[in-house]
Amino acid sequence: MADFLMPSLGADMEAGTVLQWLVKPGDAVKRGDIVAVVDTEKATIEVEIFQTGVIQKIVVPEGEKVPVGTLLAVLAVDGEAVAAAHEAKPKPAEHAPVVLAPAPPTPPAVARVMAKPMLKPAAPHRARISPLAMRVAMELKVDLATVKGTGPEGAITKADVERAAGAPPTPAPAPRVAAPIEGPAPAARPKAAVAPIDHHAAMRKVIAALMARSKREIPHYYLGTHIDMSKAMGWLQAENFKRPVTERLLYSVLLLKAVALAAHEIPEMNGFWIDGAFEPSEAVHVGVVISIRQGGLIAPAIHDVDRKSLSEIMASLRDLVKRVRAGVLRSSEIADATITITSLGDEGVESVFGVIYPPQVALVGFGKIVERPWASGAMVGARPVMMASLSGDHRASDGHRGALFLTAIERLLQEPENL
Amino acid sequence: MTDDEIKALFLRELHRIAPEVELSEIDPAVDLREQIDLDSMDILNLAIVIHETTGVDIPEADYPRMTSLNGCVAYLHSRTS
Repeated sequence: MADFLMPSLGADMEAGTVLQWLVKPGDAVKRGDIVAVVDTEKATIEVEIFQTGVIQKIVVPEGEKVPVGTLLAVLAVDGEAVAAAHEAKPKPAEHAPVVLAPAPPTPPAVARVMAKPMLKPAAPHRARISPLAMRVAMELKVDLATVKGTGPEGAITKADVERAAGAPPTPAPAPRVAAPIEGPAPAARPKAAVAPIDHHAAMRKVIAALMARSKREIPHYYLGTHIDMSKAMGWLQAENFKRPVTERLLYSVLLLKAVALAAHEIPEMNGFWIDGAFEPSEAVHVGVVISIRQGGLIAPAIHDVDRKSLSEIMASLRDLVKRVRAGVLRSSEIADATITITSLGDEGVESVFGVIYPPQVALVGFGKIVERPWASGAMVGARPVMMASLSGDHRASDGHRGALFLTAIERLLQEPENL
Repeated sequence: MTDDEIKALFLRELHRIAPEVELSEIDPAVDLREQIDLDSMDILNLAIVIHETTGVDIPEADYPRMTSLNGCVAYLHSRTS
């Protein structure tokens, strides 16, 4: 017998709401299967199970919000007979708690991410409702079985849910602008339509708590350097010309790989500061800051970037961005980044000095690539230039090691063919 | 493919990329990078879906020509006729 608990999906999570069970009692599950969809302040997360067995009992019903560590379901592991549903709750002593997160990356999970066809929804039976619509349905307490979808391929949209609730459709919140939460509720509002949870405000609260903790606890130091990107961009253009559209690379992939390899050279940048000491990480899981379209951000990890090919990193990044956009992430990738990258290139600024995600010890920032005069070999020419920065934790490393780390990134980007 | 089929395909993928955007409010003439804040990854995903459905290979240099709904329809016409 094993317990399936509400996982801790990052340092900033205290509780989660079970949005949906993807399994029922009697279903066989194997390690790495997605068994439930959980809503947190920051995202909707597909929770994987890390043990093989048969679901015996669902303890927490859909729609209930419970603290991290709460028993969600009971699993009969291999060889055990599945007890009838009415059997008394097994004694705790018989259980081995299933550790969900932060779990070490597992080959099956990585393999599954890589093998997943890019355009296929992760859970086919949920393909006809967007995560946003599901979230709104939870907030408005609408039974999705009664909602008729009008979206592409009959998908249930946010508007469909709001229509079913009898609530006036609210306009989609403009990016990065707080949704209005004040003002009297319309008198004619039907009883079923409760005040929606303001996810934007909830996410700001989570970000506020984590960033304030970072600035309170971590003595940041900052370094920056300009990197000539002509070799990297030239190589990328030629490479993409050879590749079909489905296999083309974005330059962020080169940055990810360079950071991961540099983290191997300077291990003080890669790991965690826990209980007054630095714990280096052998694996390099690179967190990527991705802005959420409705506002806020999240930094899920791409696992083992140092050991992946550029094509594999690209596939992981595409898959990750797609699921962040849709608001659905997996438990294994949300909790265990060992170093984080923020790239504000798409937003048009040239430099960024970020705030470290505790308990990590380094954050690398990349600005927009701009054409600049560049002196080399007594000649001045126009080159694509990018500003790279490092925010380092002074408890774990000094500026000298940080400088070597940034220099290593610069050197690696001059030999893109070796990445 | 007819214009309507191209539009439907484009909008379906847009819905996947940006589920919170009301498709009926999209201005077909305006660049989606400005209109709804699409980034390079989103544009690449659009190009991939169009390629996989139509078989048209879209060189990287042509991405800017297909970043609005009208632009995409016109571009695919020019490539298939």
